[in-house]
Amino acid sequence: MDVGFSMRSEAAGAMRTALISAENLQLTLKTGLSQEEQALTHTGRSPTETHKAGNEDLKEMLESNKESLKLEAMKRVVGLIAKGKNASELFPAVVKNVASKNIELKKLVYVYLVRYAEEQQDLALLSISTFQRALKEPNQFIRASALRVLSSIRVSIIVPVMMLAIKEAAADMSPYVRKTAAHAIQKLYSLDPDQKEQLIEVIEKLLKDKSTLVAGSVVVAFEEVCPDRIDLIHKNYRKLCNLLVDVEEWGQVVIISMLTRYARTQFTSPWKEGAMFDEDNETAFYESNSEEKKDQTEATAYVMDPDHRLLLRNTKPLLQSRNTAVVMSVAQLYWHVAPKHEVNIVTKSLIRLLRSHREVQYIVLQNIATMSIQRKGMFEPFLKSFYVRSTDATHIKTLKLEILTNLANEANISTILREFQTYVKSQDKAFAAATIQAIGRCATDISEVTDTCLSGLVLLLSNRDETVVAESVVVIKKLLQTRPTQHSDIIRHMAKIFDNISVSMARASILWLMGEYCERVPKIAPDVLRKMAKTFTAEEDIVKLQTVNLAAKLYLTNSKQTKLLTQYILNLGKYDQSYDIRDRTRFIRQLIVPNEKSGALNKYARRILLAPKPAPMLESAFKDRDRFQLGTLSHSINSKATGYQELSDWPAVAPDQSVRNVEVIEPVQESAPLVGKTKKPKSDAKFYSDDEEEKEEKASESGSSDSSSSEESGSESEEQSSEESSETSSDSGKSSSGSEKSSSESESEQKKKMKKKTKKAPQKKSKTTAAASSDSDENGNGPVAQDSSSSAQSSSSSETDSEDDSEDDSNSDAPPAQQKKKSDVKAKTKVEEKSKTEVSLLDLDDFCPAPANAPKPAVISPSLLSDLEGLSLSNVSSAMQVTTPSFGPVKTHELLHHMTGKGLSAKYHFPRQPCLYQPRMVAVQVILANSSDHSLEKIHIGDRSPAGLSIHCFNTIERLEPEASVTVSMGIDFSDSTQAANFQLCTKEDQFSVSIQPGVGELLMPSTMTEQDFSKEQGKLLGMNETSATVTMATANTSSQAISKQVLSVANVGVVSSSPNDLHRFAGRTVSSGALVLVSLELKEPSAALLTINTEKSVMASMLLRDLKQALALA
Amino acid sequence: MIHSLFLINHSGDIFLEKHWKSVVSHSVCDYFFEAKEKAVDPEDVPPVLQTPHHYLITVHRDQLFFLSVVQTEVPPLFVIEFLHRVADTFQDYFGECSESVIKDNVVTVYELLEEMLDNGFPLATESNILKELIRPPTILRSVVNTLTGSSNVGDTLPTGQLSTVPWRRADVKYTNNEAYFDVIEEIDAILDKSGTTVFAEIQGVIEACVRLTGMPDLTMSFMNPRLLDDVSFHPCVRFKRWESERTLSFIPPDGHFTLMNYHVSSQNPVAIPVYVKQNISFFESGPCGRLDITIGPKQTMGKTVEALMVKIHMPKAVLSANLTATQGNYTYDLPNKLLIWDIGKLNPQKLPNLKGILSLQAGAAKPEDNPSLNIDLRIQQVAISGSPRFVSTYNWATVFSHCSICFSPLCTGLKVSRLEMFGEKYKPFKGVKYVTKAGKFQVRT
Repeated sequence: MDVGFSMRSEAAGAMRTALISAENLQLTLKTGLSQEEQALTHTGRSPTETHKAGNEDLKEMLESNKESLKLEAMKRVVGLIAKGKNASELFPAVVKNVASKNIELKKLVYVYLVRYAEEQQDLALLSISTFQRALKEPNQFIRASALRVLSSIRVSIIVPVMMLAIKEAAADMSPYVRKTAAHAIQKLYSLDPDQKEQLIEVIEKLLKDKSTLVAGSVVVAFEEVCPDRIDLIHKNYRKLCNLLVDVEEWGQVVIISMLTRYARTQFTSPWKEGAMFDEDNETAFYESNSEEKKDQTEATAYVMDPDHRLLLRNTKPLLQSRNTAVVMSVAQLYWHVAPKHEVNIVTKSLIRLLRSHREVQYIVLQNIATMSIQRKGMFEPFLKSFYVRSTDATHIKTLKLEILTNLANEANISTILREFQTYVKSQDKAFAAATIQAIGRCATDISEVTDTCLSGLVLLLSNRDETVVAESVVVIKKLLQTRPTQHSDIIRHMAKIFDNISVSMARASILWLMGEYCERVPKIAPDVLRKMAKTFTAEEDIVKLQTVNLAAKLYLTNSKQTKLLTQYILNLGKYDQSYDIRDRTRFIRQLIVPNEKSGALNKYARRILLAPKPAPMLESAFKDRDRFQLGTLSHSINSKATGYQELSDWPAVAPDQSVRNVEVIEPVQESAPLVGKTKKPKSDAKFYSDDEEEKEEKASESGSSDSSSSEESGSESEEQSSEESSETSSDSGKSSSGSEKSSSESESEQKKKMKKKTKKAPQKKSKTTAAASSDSDENGNGPVAQDSSSSAQSSSSSETDSEDDSEDDSNSDAPPAQQKKKSDVKAKTKVEEKSKTEVSLLDLDDFCPAPANAPKPAVISPSLLSDLEGLSLSNVSSAMQVTTPSFGPVKTHELLHHMTGKGLSAKYHFPRQPCLYQPRMVAVQVILANSSDHSLEKIHIGDRSPAGLSIHCFNTIERLEPEASVTVSMGIDFSDSTQAANFQLCTKEDQFSVSIQPGVGELLMPSTMTEQDFSKEQGKLLGMNETSATVTMATANTSSQAISKQVLSVANVGVVSSSPNDLHRFAGRTVSSGALVLVSLELKEPSAALLTINTEKSVMASMLLRDLKQALALA
Repeated sequence: MIHSLFLINHSGDIFLEKHWKSVVSHSVCDYFFEAKEKAVDPEDVPPVLQTPHHYLITVHRDQLFFLSVVQTEVPPLFVIEFLHRVADTFQDYFGECSESVIKDNVVTVYELLEEMLDNGFPLATESNILKELIRPPTILRSVVNTLTGSSNVGDTLPTGQLSTVPWRRADVKYTNNEAYFDVIEEIDAILDKSGTTVFAEIQGVIEACVRLTGMPDLTMSFMNPRLLDDVSFHPCVRFKRWESERTLSFIPPDGHFTLMNYHVSSQNPVAIPVYVKQNISFFESGPCGRLDITIGPKQTMGKTVEALMVKIHMPKAVLSANLTATQGNYTYDLPNKLLIWDIGKLNPQKLPNLKGILSLQAGAAKPEDNPSLNIDLRIQQVAISGSPRFVSTYNWATVFSHCSICFSPLCTGLKVSRLEMFGEKYKPFKGVKYVTKAGKFQVRT
């Protein structure tokens, strides 16, 4: 507050002075006022202590009406918190400002609230409603910060509120809010661990999130709440691998370490003896199809799981991260998961980290030390990087020394020893001592240099520094033990310098050597003992003990000369202050001096004391560190830290790989809209990088091709530029576009021939091809093989090979009349310049809608139907086939009323048939009727609202006469959500927005299975995947027929025959992802039943449960 | 993850604390103080300490200790890296990272810490994002704020947070568009007594200062990228492009940043720019020693060596130094036993020499070992500035321009050959500067 303090710097200082004095002015004004007020109101009261008065003053400011005063007060309060001073008594005054409009004030109040809410729980509750309100704000930033603070308030009463807020936020549009939700999960978990189950559900949901913003945070939550639920990762594994490069750096660290654990449980060991990799293999990994080739050639040898490879490949670029933690985590991943010969790629990056801050060096060197014990070769070429500088901190020096010692071998030992000679002379004596230890280790490890080292160490014995000498003695002792022969001159030398050594450990070591090898130096040993007898009382305990030992040994070997000396020493020891020494003396006396009591033991005294002793092992301090995962805190402190997750051993047999197959491509619009540019659906394909390379090549081929292609079509260039911008990291985004390119190449050739282009065409192309790439992922077949025939080619954009075949069959089966019709349609489409892609779909479309006003669903010819069945079966295992639709009662819904539709009315219903156009779509039949007095023209479908929504539209209806109606069929991919599909129904003049809202039961298709299969599948879907409730049933519904009827009316499932009468089972699959949905109803009492739904789609399950409950309760 | 943070000064005062989860008493720091007592030098305090209930991870920066408290397993580098980022951010915001500056800006510091971590997990560490959330204090703004009551805190979510280029601010506008790149190469070397090179390698870094309007997309290519052995990039660099073409393609952050670090493969011989003749000896009799150091140019390719400085950590026994320098000044810092000889520009005609007597503590033994010399130097080369040659081709959508730089830097010969800009239409001013510096350059005696 004084002026002098602020005079430091010219301009800034002066300005600050001005500010501070202004501040003071304000404050003094304020305090003056408050004192006046006080004087007016409480005249009698004595002024409280100064500290209190300061806070009073703050309170006044906080309660004033002026924003600036409040803000000033809050700043001072935060200053108090920062210093660790108690400001809790201001709580009531502060909490009032929680709803302030001033954003900075609000933030500071948040800081305060989070700090003190735990202490003032009741008052903290006052602020909750503000946050609840803020959670509904349209501004995502406000929603997020409200959730952040709400979840940071550690008040257990609001746990349910938090839970609700988290659940809501987890489904928020904004990925930023979802990220905040992921953080909130951990906070809630630490506040109330009982919420675990519910939180896991949220985690499971968030794990599916496609946003890179969320990925890191949700994995942190996963690691904190349920690190053992590795099964939640399966479905997201590939996605996480592919997103990894795009995730922010902190998230990368967490995800990589989680994936390390995952890989160790899910893949077989790549370290097996038989798994020999040849050199060319390494290069082959980065080329396409190498895996397939390998499969064929080395069928018997170890074959790496493609997912395992995916992980390694996608983490490798991260070695180039600027974040040292990321580099380290990739290094440890490679160490623990990669085949041995590939680990070397991390070396350079680790060496690079050694240029970083001291603390980083420390951790990295620790890890290198552990690595270098097992794998010398990795770091040997970088030996010189571990040379010690005089400016290094001691612990860095010691670690470098450790590594140099680990790396020593016959070839480089001379260089290392020369280096060590410099270190021994270091001013840092602790380091010099460590160097001597290191020399000792080199000497034992490499027998060629033992003698050199030994003589070098003996030279050090004449060093002036005591610690150096002492350490040398200790090390020489250890070395002599390993080769006890012909070293009596060294022992003699040591006896000579014995008087000059004062470090007790060294003295003790010499004494021990004397005793152990007393027969080699028969003249000197008794003399040393004599000297010791003189100074015995002044020695340290450890020296005393060794003196007693020496005496005993000499007594046994040379009792003539030493008997009296020994007895003298034993007598001294008997009255020593230390009980240790008294005990030892007593024991030794009994052992060596024969008398009546000692008996048998005495005979063996010589064998006990002079037994040959095994040489000590000089080992690295990092020898056993590898029991901890590298890069972890536990590794660093060499003991198990709280929450450390053990790395499991490789499984002998790899668990089922198919669990990672992802069948659903969820709509991306949910995560994308706020990013500005909508991302293309990401393919989780394992082959993406191959395509990418292709693309890369293309890009490099011609620098100007970018611009030339953008010249061609506006939309394409936009795509390009968005690609450019997201290229850095958004690999997956690029990959999808990459595959898009490759698969659409032949198509685009054709396009070029056509020359004429509509603007629509490229858009459509991208959409359909994107779908194609995702389809091919599903089957894991790699890029779709393209047929040469034009029809097949066009259909390949929406269907897989097998489907092509069946389709061709169906074409040939079809009656000639229809064939004709088909060609007609073809001609028509050409006129309309429709993209050719649609052609074959169109002719299918032609079979379906029966002549006008026939709303009956099953008009398809039987043969076609069976073909179609086969079509939709293509990727379902034979055990659980999708049955023909069970024809329950058909409910018709209104799509467009004729009043709003200006005469056009539309109704729709779900025919419950497999969709013709794509197996993943739900078939919808729409009945269009014209109730106006003029004919309607060109009825077609216009824009659809969730951008990624895939709809198969019906053909444009050229003309609909008054009073006529027509039934058309559509396919909609709801992606297993009940979100309405919005689109526009257009006539020539008008457009009407309509929406189709599917009931949850309509998103299913029935599947038949045996009772055994049912129970088996049900067994797999327990726990989180099971939802159940007790249902009170209307009495009319208790018969099994009625139950089936009611259930089938709600959901499109198949009946599974079951033996007990009171158990009803139904099975279905979700249309879009093919996830199993198992419904079982167990009758308990006449009117009550237990309804259980097993499916991984838990949201669907709860909705289905609700619907079924309703249906069964109804009469 | 990170539970709490304490800032501690050299004398052991905790002057700031921040808790992201429940409050941890500052008595936990006692374990740290204990370790600090034991250590001779503050640098010697182990970065990771274990206490009965917590783990302490400490970073020592600018005479301050950043001590974080961790309760569960977490990669220690994660915390260390983050703490350094915190220190970097302070540096960035306040110009320096010192106790007084932090105390002066305690509210801003607190707001920053609040934004940087959520529940102990890093939330926003990118400087551009933080600057949109909390504006750095400037004199002008603090005046305006006091008068109007407006605040330093932004009220919208920084667009960077959600975009695919989180490091770049949106709506950047400059009247002068310029991009400067400094290619700085540091020689790390250890020379032994006789002047032979024990170890030498070159580490390089490209520091950039980019002030460009809009969303420029830059491509930098090198004449000889094969020199680069190991690289690390700012997240903005597209790794795939590097892998396939060896060019740096990136949308730069706004302002200063480190574009890339590289390491030059050890096969290339390293040119050592100076040689040192030294003779430091302590007499067996008499409490003194003699020092004589001469420095001369070795392989400088005709460039001037600037900012030459020699630092010597003297043995404990050395009490004072009575020396004469033919060029520059010397100081002897007694408490730290540090002799600094600041030479400045190296004149090849008249080699700088430092000569004289070192006096030792009476009765102290003659130092066993001679101190090693640490050398700082700088060889600057102004590369292109002025008006670079623009070869602009106007395509209908993009403007790209490039300049070629004909200059061969000293150290490794890494050269930037082209710098192109896509995506924006203006012509930026571009410059590349090459500097060779001594990194950890040590002469053993």
